[in-house]
Amino acid sequence: MTLSIQDLTFFYRNQEVLHEIAFSIGKCEIVAILGPNGVGKTTLLKCLNRILRPRDGVVYLDGQELFRLDGAEIARNIGYVPQRIETGRLTAFDAVLLGRKPHIGWDLTDKDLKMVDAVFRRLAMDHLRLAYIDEMSGGELQKVAIARALVQEPRILLLDEPTSNLDLKNQVAILSTIARVVREHGISAVMTMHDINHAIRYADRFIFLKNGRIYAHGGPETISSKTIEEVYGLPVIIGKLGGVTCVVPESCPVPTGA
Amino acid sequence: MHFADGQAPGDYLDYIHRKVLWLTGGLVILLILLVYSVSIGAVAIPLSDVFLTLIGQNVSHRWDAIIWNIRLPQALTAVAAGCGLAVAGVAMQSILRNPLGSPFTLGLSNAGAFGAAFSVIVLGTGTMQSRVADAITINNPYITTVMAFLFSLLATAVILLISRVRGASPEVMVLSGVALSSLFTAGTMFLQYFSSDAQLAAVVFWTFGDVGRANWPELTFMSLIVAAATVFFVANRWNYNAIDAGDETAKGLGVNVERVRLVGMVAAALVSAVIVAFLGVIGFVGLVCPHMVRRVIGDDQRYLIPGSCLMGGILLLASDTVARVIVAPYVLPVAVLTAFMGAPVFIYLLLRGYRR
Repeated sequence: MTLSIQDLTFFYRNQEVLHEIAFSIGKCEIVAILGPNGVGKTTLLKCLNRILRPRDGVVYLDGQELFRLDGAEIARNIGYVPQRIETGRLTAFDAVLLGRKPHIGWDLTDKDLKMVDAVFRRLAMDHLRLAYIDEMSGGELQKVAIARALVQEPRILLLDEPTSNLDLKNQVAILSTIARVVREHGISAVMTMHDINHAIRYADRFIFLKNGRIYAHGGPETISSKTIEEVYGLPVIIGKLGGVTCVVPESCPVPTGA
Repeated sequence: MHFADGQAPGDYLDYIHRKVLWLTGGLVILLILLVYSVSIGAVAIPLSDVFLTLIGQNVSHRWDAIIWNIRLPQALTAVAAGCGLAVAGVAMQSILRNPLGSPFTLGLSNAGAFGAAFSVIVLGTGTMQSRVADAITINNPYITTVMAFLFSLLATAVILLISRVRGASPEVMVLSGVALSSLFTAGTMFLQYFSSDAQLAAVVFWTFGDVGRANWPELTFMSLIVAAATVFFVANRWNYNAIDAGDETAKGLGVNVERVRLVGMVAAALVSAVIVAFLGVIGFVGLVCPHMVRRVIGDDQRYLIPGSCLMGGILLLASDTVARVIVAPYVLPVAVLTAFMGAPVFIYLLLRGYRR
């Protein structure tokens, strides 16, 4: 499964948000979309499964034009995990079961229930099955949202800042889970991310957005202090810590006199 | 992607089973209440005779006349209207992503009341016939009903039109509904200010929602609309569950959110408009029944929609039964009683929180 994006241009009202974005995603790849706040990362992600309709450009899903498919067909191929998750008086099992929506005819089948159960086991969240999602922590909710996208049986996962609102341990847990699922099931993932260090550890390729355009795009070689400084407007140092590449701001001005 | 090692989990199936039991219990209570409601009134009919008459046995001509001509149509009207208002309410709450969604909140009821007032005062369709207030007669109830219906639909059309221009967002729909509600209330007050005593009495009387007004043909028509709307909402239960999870999640699941929202609004408005037009303004049921059910069986639309439907029928039938006997020989309009009956129960449920 490949997703190929060509000359994608998006306007919000009369303002151009994305300009001629082009890239493609291959099987088993994790792609990180990076860039400052408001640069259009989330907008780009939403254009990939037609939550938003771009003004121009084409998205091909295995050679088929995405915008010609119907909504359920897209949802059977692309799972989306939004940044904000609405809760209600539902059990986690029911909340995840909703992910079967694109596959459900009039009613559920045994297969739907088995699929949800299997995903709960795979994500080691068996104990949460009958927990109500309006009583869950941020980390648990994020897992529910990812599980929901997985039971869609997607071939591509889109994740909008999957680790925002999570503590360090949960950030690592969620990203490791995503990486494992991508490898084990031969799917692909596109994530918008703020944490460059997490991106370096978990992503195979990196797309840096600046002013609505792709500023840099490629593998680990793309990560350079020059690129990061030009995209974020902040000088950084890149070094190795315990064998892991790390990016830290060059100077952290601390206000004095407080 | 393959996940072959799953099992349908027993604890979840038990949990679902309990919800189905609640619904079955609700249906049984509704049926028992129906027989009981038909049995009591100015003349008490033994429950056994009611039951035999309802299954077609001829017990006595007098019972036949009372049951088939008066009590059964009234009780069934209460059930149909209660089901319809509650199911429209639950759909609106989901579509509008707002716990205050109901036919009343969106101004449909007040628009209907304005239509009736316009008909009585401006078109002179007159003064309404009443079993308890002899002075009030509406000599052309059909035009009054049609006008109430048309104005309810007009309110819906305006809300949809505004949504069309500004995008079908829940905020736009709710706020334009609230604005229209005030507008129509002001319009009704304006008309009432310049009306005669008899007209004023007729208008005020019309606004007291009363399930005793419908006859068999009207009841049949209303029931068909309510049944069709209920089937429609049940068919959309997964769409509403998806919208409850957030618009983006719903779109990611392939739901055409704007279309589901618009079509759902039209269906909810239609069923509310029919009920308001035939029976007058009955508040509270559409707003509160879904919340009562939420506290017991949760927000899953698969069970919430049928549950609210049953709860609406139960609440309105119970209210009407009490309304018929509480100040006998006078019969109160049911709308007076719905809030009296429902509010204490609802406040209790709010205080108690969710059932675990």
